[in-house]
Amino acid sequence: MRPGLQHRRLRRRLGALLIHAILGLGAVFMLLPMLWMLATSFKPPPEIAVWPPHLLPRAATLDNYRGLFSAIPFARFFGNSVFISLVSTASVVITSMIAGAIFAKYRFPGRSVLFMLVLATAIVPFEAYMIPLYIELVRMHWINTYQAIILPTLVMSFGIFLLRQHVASAIPDELLEAARVDGASEWWTFRRVLVPLSGSAISAVGIFAFIQAWAAFIWPLLVANTNHLFNLEVGLTAFQFRFSTDYGKLMAGSTLSTLPMLIVFLLLRRRIIENMALTGLKG
Amino acid sequence: MSVSTLDRPLPRPRPRGKGRRRIARHAKLWLWCYAMLLPVMVIYAYVRIWPIIRSFVLSFYNWRLIARVRPFVGLANYEHMLGDQNFQIAIWNTTVYSISIVLISTLIALPLAVLLARRSRMSAVYQTIYFLPVITPLVPMSIAWKWIYDYNYGILNYVLSLVGIRPIAWLTDAHIALWALIIMGVWKVLGYNMVIFLVGIRNIPATYLEAASLDGAGEMRKFWHVTLPLLRPIILFVLVTATINAYNVFTQVYVMTLGSQEAPGQAVRVLVYDIYQNGFEFFRMGYASAEAVTLTFIVLGFTLIQFRAFREQETT
Repeated sequence: MRPGLQHRRLRRRLGALLIHAILGLGAVFMLLPMLWMLATSFKPPPEIAVWPPHLLPRAATLDNYRGLFSAIPFARFFGNSVFISLVSTASVVITSMIAGAIFAKYRFPGRSVLFMLVLATAIVPFEAYMIPLYIELVRMHWINTYQAIILPTLVMSFGIFLLRQHVASAIPDELLEAARVDGASEWWTFRRVLVPLSGSAISAVGIFAFIQAWAAFIWPLLVANTNHLFNLEVGLTAFQFRFSTDYGKLMAGSTLSTLPMLIVFLLLRRRIIENMALTGLKG
Repeated sequence: MSVSTLDRPLPRPRPRGKGRRRIARHAKLWLWCYAMLLPVMVIYAYVRIWPIIRSFVLSFYNWRLIARVRPFVGLANYEHMLGDQNFQIAIWNTTVYSISIVLISTLIALPLAVLLARRSRMSAVYQTIYFLPVITPLVPMSIAWKWIYDYNYGILNYVLSLVGIRPIAWLTDAHIALWALIIMGVWKVLGYNMVIFLVGIRNIPATYLEAASLDGAGEMRKFWHVTLPLLRPIILFVLVTATINAYNVFTQVYVMTLGSQEAPGQAVRVLVYDIYQNGFEFFRMGYASAEAVTLTFIVLGFTLIQFRAFREQETT
Protein backbone atom coordinates (compact mmCIF):
# COMPACT_ATOMS: atom_id res chain seq x y z
CA MET A 1 0.00 0.00 0.00
CA ARG A 2 1.26 3.41 -0.87
CA PRO A 3 2.20 5.56 2.13
CA GLY A 4 0.10 8.46 0.89
CA LEU A 5 -3.07 6.36 0.90
CA GLN A 6 -2.33 4.98 4.34
CA HIS A 7 -1.75 8.47 5.61
CA ARG A 8 -5.06 9.63 4.21
CA ARG A 9 -6.88 6.68 5.73
CA LEU A 10 -5.37 7.42 9.13
CA ARG A 11 -6.43 11.03 8.83
CA ARG A 12 -9.96 10.04 7.97
CA ARG A 13 -10.13 7.69 10.93
CA LEU A 14 -8.82 10.39 13.25
CA GLY A 15 -11.41 12.75 11.82
CA ALA A 16 -14.22 10.28 12.52
CA LEU A 17 -12.93 9.84 16.05
CA LEU A 18 -12.90 13.58 16.59
CA ILE A 19 -16.46 13.86 15.31
CA HIS A 20 -17.60 11.16 17.72
CA ALA A 21 -15.76 12.86 20.56
CA ILE A 22 -17.57 16.14 19.86
CA LEU A 23 -20.96 14.49 19.45
CA GLY A 24 -20.39 12.36 22.53
CA LEU A 25 -19.45 15.34 24.66
CA GLY A 26 -22.56 17.14 23.45
CA ALA A 27 -24.67 14.10 24.26
CA VAL A 28 -23.32 14.09 27.83
CA PHE A 29 -24.27 17.76 28.17
CA MET A 30 -27.79 17.00 26.91
CA LEU A 31 -28.26 14.01 29.21
CA LEU A 32 -26.56 15.42 32.28
CA PRO A 33 -29.57 17.23 33.79
CA MET A 34 -31.69 14.11 33.52
CA LEU A 35 -28.97 11.79 34.85
CA TRP A 36 -28.15 14.17 37.69
CA MET A 37 -31.86 14.34 38.55
CA LEU A 38 -32.27 10.57 38.43
CA ALA A 39 -29.12 9.89 40.47
CA THR A 40 -29.97 12.47 43.12
CA SER A 41 -33.46 11.04 43.53
CA PHE A 42 -31.93 7.78 44.82
CA LYS A 43 -29.46 9.39 47.20
CA PRO A 44 -29.93 9.54 50.99
CA PRO A 45 -29.65 13.09 52.45
CA PRO A 46 -26.01 12.84 53.59
CA GLU A 47 -24.97 12.02 50.02
CA ILE A 48 -26.80 14.98 48.51
CA ALA A 49 -25.14 17.83 50.35
CA VAL A 50 -21.54 16.70 49.94
CA TRP A 51 -18.44 18.16 48.45
CA PRO A 52 -17.14 16.91 46.14
CA PRO A 53 -20.41 15.65 44.66
CA HIS A 54 -20.45 12.21 43.11
CA LEU A 55 -22.77 11.22 40.32
CA LEU A 56 -23.88 7.74 41.36
CA PRO A 57 -25.54 7.08 44.72
CA ARG A 58 -23.43 4.86 47.00
CA ALA A 59 -26.23 3.67 49.26
CA ALA A 60 -29.18 3.91 46.86
CA THR A 61 -32.52 4.30 48.56
CA LEU A 62 -36.19 4.75 47.69
CA ASP A 63 -36.79 6.95 50.74
CA ASN A 64 -37.11 10.08 48.63
CA TYR A 65 -39.92 8.54 46.62
CA ARG A 66 -41.68 7.27 49.73
CA GLY A 67 -41.20 10.60 51.50
CA LEU A 68 -42.58 12.46 48.50
CA PHE A 69 -45.99 10.82 48.79
CA SER A 70 -46.23 11.59 52.50
CA ALA A 71 -44.89 15.16 52.26
CA ILE A 72 -47.30 16.31 49.55
CA PRO A 73 -50.41 14.89 47.86
CA PHE A 74 -48.20 13.72 45.04
CA ALA A 75 -50.55 10.96 43.89
CA ARG A 76 -53.31 13.54 43.60
CA PHE A 77 -51.09 15.84 41.49
CA PHE A 78 -50.18 12.94 39.26
CA GLY A 79 -53.81 11.90 38.89
CA ASN A 80 -54.79 15.48 38.07
CA SER A 81 -52.12 15.70 35.40
CA VAL A 82 -53.26 12.43 33.85
CA PHE A 83 -56.92 13.47 33.95
CA ILE A 84 -56.34 16.97 32.55
CA SER A 85 -54.05 15.69 29.81
CA LEU A 86 -56.42 12.91 28.77
CA VAL A 87 -59.46 15.21 28.55
CA SER A 88 -57.43 17.77 26.62
CA THR A 89 -56.06 15.13 24.27
CA ALA A 90 -59.51 13.66 23.60
CA SER A 91 -60.96 17.09 22.88
CA VAL A 92 -58.08 18.16 20.65
CA VAL A 93 -58.26 14.93 18.66
CA ILE A 94 -62.04 15.18 18.15
CA THR A 95 -62.15 18.90 17.32
CA SER A 96 -59.10 18.66 15.05
CA MET A 97 -60.50 15.67 13.18
CA ILE A 98 -63.86 17.35 12.61
CA ALA A 99 -62.52 20.75 11.63
CA GLY A 100 -59.61 19.28 9.66
CA ALA A 101 -61.93 17.07 7.61
CA ILE A 102 -64.48 19.82 6.94
CA PHE A 103 -61.80 22.34 5.94
CA ALA A 104 -60.13 19.76 3.70
CA LYS A 105 -63.04 18.20 1.87
CA TYR A 106 -65.93 20.67 1.71
CA ARG A 107 -66.48 23.97 -0.07
CA PHE A 108 -68.78 26.44 1.64
CA PRO A 109 -69.05 30.19 2.07
CA GLY A 110 -66.68 31.49 4.75
CA ARG A 111 -64.45 28.45 4.66
CA SER A 112 -61.14 30.22 4.12
CA VAL A 113 -62.03 33.01 6.55
CA LEU A 114 -62.73 30.52 9.31
CA PHE A 115 -59.59 28.56 8.55
CA MET A 116 -57.46 31.70 8.56
CA LEU A 117 -59.02 32.63 11.88
CA VAL A 118 -58.01 29.27 13.34
CA LEU A 119 -54.45 29.70 12.11
CA ALA A 120 -54.18 33.35 13.10
CA THR A 121 -55.03 32.66 16.73
CA ALA A 122 -52.08 30.29 16.83
CA ILE A 123 -49.67 33.14 16.14
CA VAL A 124 -50.71 35.12 19.22
CA PRO A 125 -48.97 33.67 22.28
CA PHE A 126 -51.31 32.41 24.99
CA GLU A 127 -49.58 34.61 27.58
CA ALA A 128 -50.83 37.65 25.64
CA TYR A 129 -54.53 36.89 26.11
CA MET A 130 -54.65 34.97 29.38
CA ILE A 131 -55.77 38.06 31.31
CA PRO A 132 -59.15 38.54 29.56
CA LEU A 133 -59.70 34.79 29.72
CA TYR A 134 -59.05 34.88 33.45
CA ILE A 135 -61.44 37.80 33.93
CA GLU A 136 -64.11 35.92 32.00
CA LEU A 137 -63.70 32.84 34.19
CA VAL A 138 -63.90 34.98 37.32
CA ARG A 139 -67.23 36.24 35.98
CA MET A 140 -68.34 32.64 35.41
CA HIS A 141 -67.20 31.63 38.92
CA TRP A 142 -65.06 28.97 37.33
CA ILE A 143 -61.75 29.86 38.98
CA ASN A 144 -60.37 26.89 40.86
CA THR A 145 -62.24 24.26 38.87
CA TYR A 146 -61.12 21.54 36.50
CA GLN A 147 -63.04 23.07 33.62
CA ALA A 148 -61.09 26.31 34.00
CA ILE A 149 -57.76 24.46 33.88
CA ILE A 150 -58.75 22.41 30.86
CA LEU A 151 -60.64 25.07 28.88
CA PRO A 152 -57.76 26.69 26.92
CA THR A 153 -56.34 23.28 25.97
CA LEU A 154 -59.53 22.01 24.34
CA VAL A 155 -58.45 23.05 20.85
CA MET A 156 -55.13 23.15 19.03
CA SER A 157 -54.72 25.05 15.76
CA PHE A 158 -51.76 22.92 14.84
CA GLY A 159 -53.95 19.81 15.18
CA ILE A 160 -56.57 21.20 12.81
CA PHE A 161 -53.83 22.23 10.40
CA LEU A 162 -52.14 18.83 10.47
CA LEU A 163 -55.36 16.89 9.97
CA ARG A 164 -56.51 19.18 7.20
CA GLN A 165 -53.21 18.57 5.40
CA HIS A 166 -53.53 14.84 5.92
CA VAL A 167 -57.15 14.51 4.79
CA ALA A 168 -56.60 16.79 1.79
CA SER A 169 -53.53 14.97 0.54
CA ALA A 170 -54.03 11.34 1.59
CA ILE A 171 -57.75 10.76 1.00
CA PRO A 172 -58.95 11.13 -2.59
CA ASP A 173 -62.18 13.02 -3.29
CA GLU A 174 -63.40 10.11 -5.41
CA LEU A 175 -63.72 8.01 -2.29
CA LEU A 176 -66.18 10.45 -0.78
CA GLU A 177 -68.06 10.78 -4.06
CA ALA A 178 -68.36 7.01 -4.24
CA ALA A 179 -69.79 6.83 -0.74
CA ARG A 180 -72.27 9.56 -1.61
CA VAL A 181 -73.35 7.78 -4.76
CA ASP A 182 -73.98 4.75 -2.62
CA GLY A 183 -76.36 6.87 -0.62
CA ALA A 184 -74.14 7.21 2.44
CA SER A 185 -74.87 10.16 4.69
CA GLU A 186 -72.16 12.75 5.30
CA TRP A 187 -71.90 11.63 8.88
CA TRP A 188 -71.44 8.01 7.83
CA THR A 189 -68.72 9.02 5.39
CA PHE A 190 -66.99 10.99 8.11
CA ARG A 191 -67.14 8.17 10.65
CA ARG A 192 -66.47 5.25 8.31
CA VAL A 193 -64.14 6.69 5.71
CA LEU A 194 -62.38 9.86 6.86
CA VAL A 195 -61.70 8.92 10.47
CA PRO A 196 -60.39 5.38 9.85
CA LEU A 197 -58.11 6.63 7.09
CA SER A 198 -56.58 9.33 9.32
CA GLY A 199 -55.20 7.07 12.03
CA SER A 200 -51.56 8.08 11.77
CA ALA A 201 -52.26 11.82 11.72
CA ILE A 202 -54.74 11.48 14.60
CA SER A 203 -52.18 9.71 16.74
CA ALA A 204 -49.58 12.37 15.95
CA VAL A 205 -51.99 15.12 17.01
CA GLY A 206 -52.88 13.12 20.12
CA ILE A 207 -49.25 12.79 21.16
CA PHE A 208 -48.61 16.52 20.76
CA ALA A 209 -51.77 17.41 22.66
CA PHE A 210 -50.78 15.12 25.51
CA ILE A 211 -47.22 16.44 25.72
CA GLN A 212 -48.48 20.02 25.67
CA ALA A 213 -51.20 19.51 28.26
CA TRP A 214 -48.85 17.61 30.54
CA ALA A 215 -46.34 20.47 30.58
CA ALA A 216 -48.94 23.25 30.99
CA PHE A 217 -47.79 25.61 33.70
CA ILE A 218 -48.73 29.28 33.71
CA TRP A 219 -52.47 28.77 33.26
CA PRO A 220 -52.91 26.08 35.96
CA LEU A 221 -50.74 28.28 38.16
CA LEU A 222 -53.28 31.09 37.73
CA VAL A 223 -56.57 29.23 37.99
CA ALA A 224 -55.79 26.35 40.36
CA ASN A 225 -55.60 27.83 43.83
CA THR A 226 -55.90 24.81 46.06
CA ASN A 227 -53.85 21.68 46.46
CA HIS A 228 -56.44 19.26 45.23
CA LEU A 229 -56.55 20.85 41.75
CA PHE A 230 -52.79 21.23 41.19
CA ASN A 231 -51.28 19.39 38.29
CA LEU A 232 -47.78 17.98 38.66
CA GLU A 233 -46.08 21.10 37.34
CA VAL A 234 -47.78 23.49 39.74
CA GLY A 235 -47.63 21.00 42.61
CA LEU A 236 -43.89 20.52 42.17
CA THR A 237 -43.34 24.28 42.05
CA ALA A 238 -45.30 24.82 45.26
CA PHE A 239 -43.38 22.00 46.89
CA GLN A 240 -40.14 23.54 45.71
CA PHE A 241 -40.93 26.90 47.26
CA ARG A 242 -41.68 25.27 50.59
CA PHE A 243 -38.79 22.81 50.77
CA SER A 244 -36.27 24.43 48.51
CA THR A 245 -33.34 22.49 49.91
CA ASP A 246 -34.84 19.01 50.02
CA TYR A 247 -33.31 18.10 46.68
CA GLY A 248 -33.74 14.36 47.21
CA LYS A 249 -37.53 14.58 47.23
CA LEU A 250 -37.56 17.34 44.62
CA MET A 251 -35.57 15.19 42.23
CA ALA A 252 -37.80 12.19 42.94
CA GLY A 253 -40.86 14.28 42.09
CA SER A 254 -39.21 15.72 39.00
CA THR A 255 -38.22 12.25 37.85
CA LEU A 256 -41.76 10.94 38.23
CA SER A 257 -43.23 13.87 36.32
CA THR A 258 -40.69 13.54 33.50
CA LEU A 259 -40.95 9.77 33.19
CA PRO A 260 -44.27 9.54 31.31
CA MET A 261 -42.96 11.95 28.66
CA LEU A 262 -39.71 10.01 28.36
CA ILE A 263 -41.62 6.77 27.86
CA VAL A 264 -43.92 8.32 25.27
CA PHE A 265 -40.93 9.78 23.49
CA LEU A 266 -38.79 6.65 23.44
CA LEU A 267 -41.71 4.56 22.18
CA LEU A 268 -42.76 6.99 19.46
CA ARG A 269 -39.42 8.67 18.82
CA ARG A 270 -39.39 8.55 15.03
CA ARG A 271 -42.94 9.76 14.59
CA ILE A 272 -42.53 12.62 17.08
CA ILE A 273 -39.28 13.89 15.61
CA GLU A 274 -40.48 13.63 12.02
CA ASN A 275 -43.79 15.34 12.66
CA MET A 276 -42.24 18.11 14.70
CA ALA A 277 -39.62 18.70 12.06
CA LEU A 278 -42.09 18.72 9.20
CA THR A 279 -44.62 21.03 10.74
CA GLY A 280 -42.44 23.26 12.82
CA LEU A 281 -44.30 22.94 16.07
CA LYS A 282 -42.62 23.03 19.43
CA GLY A 283 -43.50 20.88 22.39
CA MET B 1 -65.26 0.59 8.65
CA SER B 2 -66.79 -1.18 5.72
CA VAL B 3 -64.08 -2.25 3.37
CA SER B 4 -66.48 -3.02 0.55
CA THR B 5 -67.11 0.68 -0.04
CA LEU B 6 -63.44 1.24 -0.57
CA ASP B 7 -62.82 -1.76 -2.78
CA ARG B 8 -65.67 -1.13 -5.15
CA PRO B 9 -64.51 0.40 -8.45
CA LEU B 10 -64.99 4.15 -8.40
CA PRO B 11 -68.02 5.31 -10.35
CA ARG B 12 -67.81 8.06 -12.91
CA PRO B 13 -68.65 11.52 -11.61
CA ARG B 14 -72.38 12.01 -11.67
CA PRO B 15 -73.66 14.71 -13.97
CA ARG B 16 -74.35 17.69 -11.77
CA GLY B 17 -77.98 18.37 -10.94
CA LYS B 18 -79.33 21.61 -12.29
CA GLY B 19 -81.21 24.54 -10.87
CA ARG B 20 -83.05 24.33 -7.63
CA ARG B 21 -82.21 20.80 -6.74
CA ARG B 22 -78.53 21.58 -7.00
CA ILE B 23 -78.85 24.61 -4.78
CA ALA B 24 -80.87 22.62 -2.30
CA ARG B 25 -78.23 19.95 -2.24
CA HIS B 26 -75.51 22.54 -1.73
CA ALA B 27 -77.42 24.28 1.01
CA LYS B 28 -77.81 20.98 2.79
CA LEU B 29 -74.08 20.33 2.53
CA TRP B 30 -73.27 23.81 3.76
CA LEU B 31 -75.58 23.35 6.66
CA TRP B 32 -73.82 20.11 7.52
CA CYS B 33 -70.43 21.86 7.43
CA TYR B 34 -71.59 24.70 9.67
CA ALA B 35 -73.22 22.28 12.08
CA MET B 36 -70.03 20.25 12.36
CA LEU B 37 -67.81 23.30 12.75
CA LEU B 38 -70.09 25.08 15.18
CA PRO B 39 -68.85 23.49 18.44
CA VAL B 40 -65.22 23.90 17.39
CA MET B 41 -65.67 27.53 16.39
CA VAL B 42 -67.60 28.27 19.58
CA ILE B 43 -64.66 27.01 21.64
CA TYR B 44 -62.30 29.08 19.50
CA ALA B 45 -64.41 32.18 19.89
CA TYR B 46 -64.66 31.74 23.66
CA VAL B 47 -61.11 30.79 24.61
CA ARG B 48 -59.12 32.56 21.89
CA ILE B 49 -60.73 35.06 19.56
CA TRP B 50 -62.75 36.94 22.16
CA PRO B 51 -59.91 37.11 24.73
CA ILE B 52 -57.49 38.32 22.06
CA ILE B 53 -59.85 41.14 21.08
CA ARG B 54 -60.52 41.97 24.71
CA SER B 55 -56.85 42.22 25.57
CA PHE B 56 -56.63 45.09 23.09
CA VAL B 57 -59.72 46.73 24.58
CA LEU B 58 -58.52 46.27 28.17
CA SER B 59 -55.23 47.94 27.37
CA PHE B 60 -57.11 51.25 27.00
CA TYR B 61 -58.69 51.02 30.42
CA ASN B 62 -57.52 51.45 33.97
CA TRP B 63 -58.88 48.01 34.73
CA ARG B 64 -58.35 46.63 38.21
CA LEU B 65 -59.94 43.35 39.24
CA ILE B 66 -60.92 44.65 42.65
CA ALA B 67 -61.99 48.16 41.65
CA ARG B 68 -65.58 49.03 40.96
CA VAL B 69 -64.82 51.87 38.59
CA ARG B 70 -62.71 51.02 35.57
CA PRO B 71 -62.30 54.20 33.56
CA PHE B 72 -61.24 54.49 29.95
CA VAL B 73 -57.78 56.03 29.88
CA GLY B 74 -56.88 56.02 26.21
CA LEU B 75 -53.19 55.51 25.64
CA ALA B 76 -52.22 56.24 29.26
CA ASN B 77 -51.16 52.63 29.90
CA TYR B 78 -48.84 52.74 26.92
CA GLU B 79 -47.42 56.10 28.00
CA HIS B 80 -46.85 54.72 31.47
CA MET B 81 -45.06 51.74 29.95
CA LEU B 82 -42.48 54.04 28.35
CA GLY B 83 -41.44 55.35 31.75
CA ASP B 84 -41.77 52.09 33.66
CA GLN B 85 -38.35 50.88 34.64
CA ASN B 86 -39.49 47.35 35.38
CA PHE B 87 -40.98 47.09 31.92
CA GLN B 88 -37.79 48.36 30.32
CA ILE B 89 -35.67 45.90 32.27
CA ALA B 90 -38.07 43.15 31.23
CA ILE B 91 -37.90 44.07 27.54
CA TRP B 92 -34.12 44.32 27.70
CA ASN B 93 -33.68 40.99 29.51
CA THR B 94 -36.12 39.20 27.24
CA THR B 95 -34.40 40.55 24.15
CA VAL B 96 -30.91 39.61 25.37
CA TYR B 97 -32.26 36.19 26.35
CA SER B 98 -33.93 35.60 22.98
CA ILE B 99 -31.12 36.82 20.77
CA SER B 100 -28.48 34.91 22.74
CA ILE B 101 -30.42 31.66 22.67
CA VAL B 102 -31.23 31.95 19.00
CA LEU B 103 -27.67 32.76 17.95
CA ILE B 104 -25.92 30.27 20.20
CA SER B 105 -28.30 27.40 19.51
CA THR B 106 -28.16 27.99 15.75
CA LEU B 107 -24.38 28.20 15.71
CA ILE B 108 -24.15 24.87 17.54
CA ALA B 109 -27.09 23.10 15.89
CA LEU B 110 -26.01 23.78 12.31
CA PRO B 111 -22.58 22.08 12.45
CA LEU B 112 -24.12 19.26 14.52
CA ALA B 113 -26.70 18.70 11.80
CA VAL B 114 -23.95 18.60 9.17
CA LEU B 115 -22.10 15.98 11.20
CA LEU B 116 -25.25 13.91 11.66
CA ALA B 117 -26.51 14.24 8.10
CA ARG B 118 -25.00 10.96 7.00
CA ARG B 119 -27.49 8.26 7.87
CA SER B 120 -26.07 5.80 10.34
CA ARG B 121 -27.13 3.94 13.43
CA MET B 122 -25.15 6.33 15.65
CA SER B 123 -26.77 9.30 13.94
CA ALA B 124 -30.20 8.11 15.07
CA VAL B 125 -28.96 7.57 18.61
CA TYR B 126 -27.46 11.07 18.79
CA GLN B 127 -30.65 12.54 17.35
CA THR B 128 -32.71 10.89 20.07
CA ILE B 129 -30.41 12.12 22.82
CA TYR B 130 -30.21 15.68 21.52
CA PHE B 131 -33.98 15.79 21.06
CA LEU B 132 -34.83 14.57 24.57
CA PRO B 133 -34.82 18.03 26.22
CA VAL B 134 -37.36 19.26 23.66
CA ILE B 135 -40.12 16.99 24.95
CA THR B 136 -39.29 16.94 28.66
CA PRO B 137 -41.61 19.19 30.73
CA LEU B 138 -40.13 22.49 31.85
CA VAL B 139 -40.91 22.51 35.56
CA PRO B 140 -39.05 19.33 36.58
CA MET B 141 -36.20 20.27 34.26
CA SER B 142 -35.98 23.74 35.76
CA ILE B 143 -35.77 22.19 39.22
CA ALA B 144 -33.05 19.84 37.97
CA TRP B 145 -31.13 22.76 36.48
CA LYS B 146 -31.52 24.70 39.68
CA TRP B 147 -29.82 21.83 41.46
CA ILE B 148 -27.06 21.81 38.85
CA TYR B 149 -26.54 25.56 39.41
CA ASP B 150 -26.56 25.18 43.22
CA TYR B 151 -23.85 27.40 44.70
CA ASN B 152 -22.61 24.99 47.37
CA TYR B 153 -23.20 21.50 46.01
CA GLY B 154 -24.06 21.99 42.36
CA ILE B 155 -22.29 19.82 39.85
CA LEU B 156 -21.52 22.77 37.59
CA ASN B 157 -19.48 24.60 40.18
CA TYR B 158 -17.77 21.30 40.94
CA VAL B 159 -16.78 20.79 37.31
CA LEU B 160 -15.54 24.38 37.17
CA SER B 161 -13.54 23.88 40.36
CA LEU B 162 -11.67 21.05 38.61
CA VAL B 163 -10.23 23.61 36.21
CA GLY B 164 -9.57 26.08 38.98
CA ILE B 165 -12.57 28.39 38.63
CA ARG B 166 -14.02 29.67 41.87
CA PRO B 167 -17.71 28.91 42.63
CA ILE B 168 -20.16 31.12 40.75
CA ALA B 169 -23.46 32.32 42.23
CA TRP B 170 -25.38 31.20 39.16
CA LEU B 171 -28.87 32.06 40.28
CA THR B 172 -28.42 34.70 42.95
CA ASP B 173 -26.57 37.29 40.91
CA ALA B 174 -29.13 38.86 38.56
CA HIS B 175 -26.67 39.33 35.69
CA ILE B 176 -25.30 35.82 35.87
CA ALA B 177 -28.79 34.38 36.41
CA LEU B 178 -29.79 35.64 32.98
CA TRP B 179 -26.90 33.64 31.53
CA ALA B 180 -27.85 30.62 33.58
CA LEU B 181 -31.29 30.84 31.97
CA ILE B 182 -29.73 31.23 28.53
CA ILE B 183 -27.60 28.10 28.97
CA MET B 184 -30.67 26.13 29.94
CA GLY B 185 -32.64 27.66 27.07
CA VAL B 186 -29.99 26.56 24.58
CA TRP B 187 -30.03 23.07 26.06
CA LYS B 188 -33.79 22.91 25.65
CA VAL B 189 -34.06 24.14 22.05
CA LEU B 190 -30.84 22.79 20.53
CA GLY B 191 -32.20 19.40 19.50
CA TYR B 192 -35.23 20.91 17.84
CA ASN B 193 -33.17 23.30 15.73
CA MET B 194 -30.76 20.52 14.87
CA VAL B 195 -33.50 18.21 13.60
CA ILE B 196 -34.97 20.95 11.42
CA PHE B 197 -31.53 21.64 9.92
CA LEU B 198 -31.00 17.92 9.49
CA VAL B 199 -34.19 17.57 7.45
CA GLY B 200 -33.14 20.58 5.39
CA ILE B 201 -29.67 19.20 4.69
CA ARG B 202 -31.01 15.79 3.73
CA ASN B 203 -33.39 17.45 1.30
CA ILE B 204 -30.53 19.06 -0.63
CA PRO B 205 -30.22 17.12 -3.89
CA ALA B 206 -27.09 14.96 -3.80
CA THR B 207 -26.20 16.06 -7.34
CA TYR B 208 -25.35 19.57 -6.14
CA LEU B 209 -22.80 18.29 -3.66
CA GLU B 210 -21.44 15.75 -6.14
CA ALA B 211 -20.98 18.48 -8.73
CA ALA B 212 -19.06 20.55 -6.19
CA SER B 213 -16.90 17.53 -5.36
CA LEU B 214 -16.10 17.02 -9.03
CA ASP B 215 -14.96 20.62 -9.15
CA GLY B 216 -12.55 19.76 -6.37
CA ALA B 217 -14.31 21.47 -3.49
CA GLY B 218 -13.45 20.23 -0.01
CA GLU B 219 -15.95 19.64 2.80
CA MET B 220 -15.58 23.16 4.13
CA ARG B 221 -16.11 24.81 0.76
CA LYS B 222 -19.08 22.58 0.00
CA PHE B 223 -20.63 23.67 3.29
CA TRP B 224 -20.06 27.38 2.64
CA HIS B 225 -20.96 27.47 -1.03
CA VAL B 226 -23.59 24.76 -1.45
CA THR B 227 -25.20 23.70 1.82
CA LEU B 228 -25.40 27.06 3.54
CA PRO B 229 -26.98 29.07 0.69
CA LEU B 230 -29.56 26.33 0.05
CA LEU B 231 -30.41 26.20 3.74
CA ARG B 232 -31.18 29.91 3.92
CA PRO B 233 -34.97 29.63 4.17
CA ILE B 234 -34.71 26.92 6.81
CA ILE B 235 -32.20 28.91 8.84
CA LEU B 236 -34.57 31.85 8.71
CA PHE B 237 -37.44 29.64 9.84
CA VAL B 238 -35.43 28.39 12.81
CA LEU B 239 -34.28 31.88 13.74
CA VAL B 240 -37.79 33.29 13.75
CA THR B 241 -39.53 30.38 15.50
CA ALA B 242 -36.84 30.23 18.15
CA THR B 243 -37.04 33.99 18.73
CA ILE B 244 -40.83 33.93 19.09
CA ASN B 245 -40.64 31.04 21.54
CA ALA B 246 -37.87 32.66 23.54
CA TYR B 247 -39.92 35.86 23.93
CA ASN B 248 -42.56 33.87 25.81
CA VAL B 249 -40.13 32.60 28.43
CA PHE B 250 -41.69 32.32 31.87
CA THR B 251 -41.65 28.88 33.52
CA GLN B 252 -37.88 28.64 34.00
CA VAL B 253 -37.75 32.16 35.40
CA TYR B 254 -40.54 31.46 37.83
CA VAL B 255 -39.18 28.13 39.04
CA MET B 256 -35.45 28.87 39.09
CA THR B 257 -35.11 32.45 40.20
CA LEU B 258 -38.16 33.18 42.29
CA GLY B 259 -39.24 32.57 45.83
CA SER B 260 -36.78 30.09 47.17
CA GLN B 261 -34.59 30.94 50.11
CA GLU B 262 -31.38 31.36 48.21
CA ALA B 263 -32.76 33.34 45.29
CA PRO B 264 -32.60 37.12 45.07
CA GLY B 265 -35.69 39.05 46.12
CA GLN B 266 -36.43 39.72 42.51
CA ALA B 267 -36.60 37.30 39.66
CA VAL B 268 -34.81 37.85 36.41
CA ARG B 269 -37.47 40.12 35.02
CA VAL B 270 -38.74 38.97 31.65
CA LEU B 271 -41.73 40.23 29.72
CA VAL B 272 -44.23 37.50 30.60
CA TYR B 273 -43.16 37.65 34.23
CA ASP B 274 -43.85 41.39 34.23
CA ILE B 275 -47.28 40.76 32.70
CA TYR B 276 -47.91 38.06 35.30
CA GLN B 277 -46.88 40.28 38.19
CA ASN B 278 -48.80 43.37 37.09
CA GLY B 279 -51.89 41.36 36.22
CA PHE B 280 -52.07 38.79 38.97
CA GLU B 281 -50.09 40.16 41.89
CA PHE B 282 -50.94 43.86 41.58
CA PHE B 283 -54.22 43.23 39.71
CA ARG B 284 -53.44 46.06 37.28
CA MET B 285 -55.02 44.16 34.44
CA GLY B 286 -55.40 47.09 32.07
CA TYR B 287 -51.73 47.89 32.31
CA ALA B 288 -50.73 44.24 32.06
CA SER B 289 -52.89 44.01 28.92
CA ALA B 290 -50.97 46.90 27.36
CA GLU B 291 -47.79 44.90 27.97
CA ALA B 292 -49.47 41.80 26.55
CA VAL B 293 -50.44 43.73 23.41
CA THR B 294 -46.79 44.77 23.09
CA LEU B 295 -45.77 41.14 23.27
CA THR B 296 -48.33 40.31 20.59
CA PHE B 297 -46.91 42.95 18.28
CA ILE B 298 -43.33 41.79 18.83
CA VAL B 299 -44.31 38.23 17.94
CA LEU B 300 -46.42 39.44 15.02
CA GLY B 301 -43.48 41.44 13.71
CA PHE B 302 -41.22 38.40 13.66
CA THR B 303 -43.95 36.35 12.00
CA LEU B 304 -44.33 38.95 9.25
CA ILE B 305 -40.59 38.88 8.61
CA GLN B 306 -40.90 35.16 8.14
CA PHE B 307 -43.91 35.37 5.81
CA ARG B 308 -42.26 38.01 3.69
CA ALA B 309 -39.03 36.04 3.42
CA PHE B 310 -40.92 32.93 2.39
CA ARG B 311 -42.82 34.86 -0.25
CA GLU B 312 -39.57 36.24 -1.64
CA GLN B 313 -38.21 32.72 -1.70
CA GLU B 314 -41.20 31.58 -3.72
CA THR B 315 -41.09 34.39 -6.26
CA THR B 316 -37.37 34.26 -6.94
